[in-house]
Amino acid sequence: MKTVILIFVILAGGLLLYGTMDMPAWGDPNSPANTYVSPRYIEEAMEATETPNIVTAVLADYRGYDTMGETTVIFTAAIACALLLRGIGSARKEEDES
Amino acid sequence: MLTRVYDNLIVQTVCRVMIPFIQIYALYVIAHGHYSPGGGFQGGVILTAALALIFLAYGQGPAIRRMNRIQAVIFCSIGVAIYVGIGLYCLLAGGNFLDYSQLAPLLHVSVPRARSLGILGVEIGVGLAVMTAMYSIILDIAGQSGNETQSTDTEPETGPQTANRKPDSSQ
Repeated sequence: MKTVILIFVILAGGLLLYGTMDMPAWGDPNSPANTYVSPRYIEEAMEATETPNIVTAVLADYRGYDTMGETTVIFTAAIACALLLRGIGSARKEEDES
Repeated sequence: MLTRVYDNLIVQTVCRVMIPFIQIYALYVIAHGHYSPGGGFQGGVILTAALALIFLAYGQGPAIRRMNRIQAVIFCSIGVAIYVGIGLYCLLAGGNFLDYSQLAPLLHVSVPRARSLGILGVEIGVGLAVMTAMYSIILDIAGQSGNETQSTDTEPETGPQTANRKPDSSQ
């Protein structure tokens, strides 16, 4: 059974490696990922936002909705920790017992 | 659970000297995110490091005296509300959600400048939310449960009370 699993893993890994052959070279300026909106960000970010750091401009302005989601994730983590760990339930049980 | 306070002069003195510089550096990271690597997330975590140093070196009581659990959650909500509020203002002013160019008439600046200030505004909101969220998690995980107003190191009457609460605070 382990041999069969190993063969399947090797086959899947080989398939994935074969799939990477079609990918464009890393950092290729003519690849689809780099010709869609990246040139516009690089050329217009400074004029449009007066922010020399393009990363910040993309993070907080062009992709502001995504960053709002990230902030909400952190907020949710804090709220979940507070609800789970602050012992509200045990305090209520203590009142019921007394 | 962290119950023993480091009663160590060297640790406490070094922390007292370091904490203002850590906080200044964190504000620099937040405010300088336009020009260098940094921003709200990174600066907020560095601000949390200052609060965590207080927590570790001086104990839970002094840390809670500066910001308690309820305040941490409230400020975290305020941080998210700053972000969403800026976005909603842009929506109500006639633009898209989080379209900072709608802030230009409000701030009496040009449209690119308004976008820059909008980015700064949401970074401040993110920094506030991250700082208080991480601090709240530290208090919840490492702190003693309950006893919101009691400090662990000064009042002598905390001894018997914490001893009474031992069964349910052991979780």
